[in-house]
This record gives sequence, structure tokens and C-alpha cells, in this order.
Amino acid sequence: MFAKDFSYAAPASLAEALALLQSQPEGEVKLVAGGQSLIPLLKLRMTEIGALVDVSKIPELHGITDDGDGVVIGAATTYFQAVNSPLVQKRCPLVIQAVSQVGDPQVRARGTIGGSLAHADPAGDLPAVALAVDAELRATGPSGSRSIPATAFFVDLMTTALQPAEVLTAVRFHATDAPHAGTAYVKHRHPASGYAIVGVAAAVWLNDDGTCRAAHVGITGAGTHATRAAGVEQALTGKRLDDATLTAACANAADGLDLMSDPYASGEYRAHLTRVLAKRALAQAAATAAQR
Amino acid sequence: MRQKISVNVNGVPRENEVEPRLLLVQYLRESLNLTGTHIGCDTGQCGACTVLLDGQAVKSCMVLAVQANGAQVRTVESLASGDAYHPVQQAFWDLHGLQCGFCTPGFLMATVSLLQRNPNPTDAEIREQLEGNLCRCTGYQNIVAAVRSAAEKMRAAPAASPTPMPAGAGGE
Repeated sequence: MFAKDFSYAAPASLAEALALLQSQPEGEVKLVAGGQSLIPLLKLRMTEIGALVDVSKIPELHGITDDGDGVVIGAATTYFQAVNSPLVQKRCPLVIQAVSQVGDPQVRARGTIGGSLAHADPAGDLPAVALAVDAELRATGPSGSRSIPATAFFVDLMTTALQPAEVLTAVRFHATDAPHAGTAYVKHRHPASGYAIVGVAAAVWLNDDGTCRAAHVGITGAGTHATRAAGVEQALTGKRLDDATLTAACANAADGLDLMSDPYASGEYRAHLTRVLAKRALAQAAATAAQR
Repeated sequence: MRQKISVNVNGVPRENEVEPRLLLVQYLRESLNLTGTHIGCDTGQCGACTVLLDGQAVKSCMVLAVQANGAQVRTVESLASGDAYHPVQQAFWDLHGLQCGFCTPGFLMATVSLLQRNPNPTDAEIREQLEGNLCRCTGYQNIVAAVRSAAEKMRAAPAASPTPMPAGAGGE
């Protein structure tokens, strides 16, 4: 299959990429890094563009650094690079738990952290992770750089808060290697595509007495975009995370979701999976937190 | 507009002018006549088109040829040295890790990449690491056995199991 013809440029700097973005009519240009989502869409002609700007070789979009209580991952970092980073392994286990379940090894060799988040596929794994650990998405545009909290980033189906002339440069994931903190990502995987029918990322912080200080729950796959389950989180704060408490809180995990329905999974089934997987993810995260 | 790319394919430097929309798999098959890499589903599911791009297994139907500019590509044509099969090829032959053979080039390249990352995988790891490749003939039992056997042989004789890249391997 061939995409509609387009022009291609692989700029060597962020400034050059920004200039290229501005030189094209809005909607005619797309950024690509690994291309594992975009290239199939172009081939199927579900998306047609005039120009493709390849940001994968821009040095400013690479690198993994520790900034104290978080890890900053360059947007063009591949899944493989993130999974193999000792820093990410130690400080952001949730990223590892989710990324090692993305697609297959060939996809993980090419696909990127920033690409997945900017693409905002409703069934992508990383959006749930970004929400659960309060990730900060850093973007640079013609008028400078800004930081977007994950909770304000995923706006609608494949739609983010990024402006057309902005480039996502890095993502800062809050570290969860503190004492009494635990995370888990639990996913019901589509058997053919590997995408999440529903995926739930949970991060739990416990008090010294074992009660829940804070719980964050990010849900992907169920609705048109990834969301936090605020109701579940509030119901858990201050409580002991035993089976009955988790069951009761997660009964509301699908409330307020803009549920999707397709031939593989109805909206009702997605809601059911959301409740079941939220409980599993929280139970795993709480068990890890209790041991740390 | 066609763009000039320089790609090292199986040890041979190549320069071609390609349309940006040309996929790496089509570049290999149609521009370079390296038809060992197969097009299966053409939608990134089946892995028949798997090649090594800068040492890592990728699906060449999901990579543009222009994205491989400046890179090293290895295809199935680079595995054998003359009449001597690569240990992974030999193991697939010996243990009947194929039936029709259409998916095999992709499985071989994915296996070479897998054994570079993990020279001693468990059966579960082999199955998990090959989940990007589909065989529609005969199931995966013999494929897993072949990978296990290749891993044993390559661990036993690493020096005798080079990953050869002979000049002029295959094509045209």
C-alpha cells in the first residue's frame, strides 16, 4: 500500500523543525518519529498530509535524565531505549510495566514515548501511565516552551492539548521509588493488535500506618481518550486498601467515561473490564507499596 | 519529490533516489531486488517483512525508505555464508520450523535479533519475543524448538556462529 505523496524532511535541530512546521499550511504537516502509528494510517489513507517532518534525529528530543523527584525522557526515546534504561527501571517502574506490554518487539524498537503520547490513540498504553504518575509534557512552539500536565493533555479522540506549531520535546514522569509507593499496569490486550481493550495504570502511596495516602488511577482503552478515575481515587484516600474497600471503590471506576463500542468489545463490556482491571491494578500497586 | 538516500544493505553501500512514501520493504524488494524479505499483511501485524535496521528487528512495511537514510539494513539474504546456513537457518531446517516458508524470512530475522538481546531465552521468552511474527501454516511448536536449538548451538560455538555480512550478499 502506498500513502498519498508527501514531502519529507529530517531536521537536525528543534529550531529547524519548528521552522518547517510553520512553513506548511496547518493540517498539511505531521511530525513523525518511529512512525509505528502514523505510517499505517498514511498507508491506509486514513490520514493524508502534504509534508512529513521526521523529528527522530533531533538531539534535543533524546536523553533520559534524573531531575530529583522525576525522570525526564526525551520525546524521541524509543520504547526499547526506555525499557533498557537503568534510571527508568529504578525510578519509574510503571513506565517499564506498561511499555514492555506495548505491541511487539519490532514495534518497541521503533515506537517512541513522545510519539505514543502525542498520537493519543484511545487504546494506547502510555497515556494511562502519564496520568497515573502526574507526568508533565513539555512542548516547544514559536512563542516558547511550556509544560502541560497529563491531566490537561488528553482532550479527545487522538486529540491533545498540543498546538499545531508545537513539538513535544520531553515527558517528565514523577518517580515512584519512594518508600511506601507502588505501581502497576494491568491490561486486557486485543489478541491481534496488542492494543489495550482496557488498560489501567495505578500508583499508590501509603502512610506509615498502611492506610492510603494517595491513589492515582489512569484508564485507557475504555473511552475516547485516557482519563483519571477521580471518584475511585477519592474513595480510597485514608482507607486501608483491603479487598472490600477496593471492590467498593472500583464499582464506580467506569462512571463518567465516554465509553467506546466496537465489534470486539461493547461499551458495557469495556465498563466491566474497567472495574475489574482497576481493582487488580490497585491491589498490585498496594501490595508493592506495602513491601517498600 | 524524489530524495536521495544512502543505505548500507547487507554490507553494500547503496544510493538511490526514492519517493518519500516508498516503504523500506518495497525499496529492498523493488529497488534492490532483494526479494527474500516478504510482504505479508502490509499492515504491521504479521512480521514477514522483518529486517534488521541498525541491528534491531523492525517491520519494514512500517518504515519509510527515507527513514533508513544513513542506516545499516540487514536482510535474510545476509544470513548464509556461501553454502553454509546461519545457525538460525540451519535450526529451522533441521527442526522443521516452517511449512510453506512464507513467514520464515521474518521469523529468521526476528530470531537473530532476539538471540542478540537474549542468548539463552526460555520457551516463554521465545514465544513472547516472537509475538510480532505470525505463522499461519503450522503453529509455533517447531519454531520455538528451532529457536531453542539455534540458541544452544550459538552459545556452544559463538566464534563459529558469526553474523556474516558478506560484501555483495544477494540482490541484483
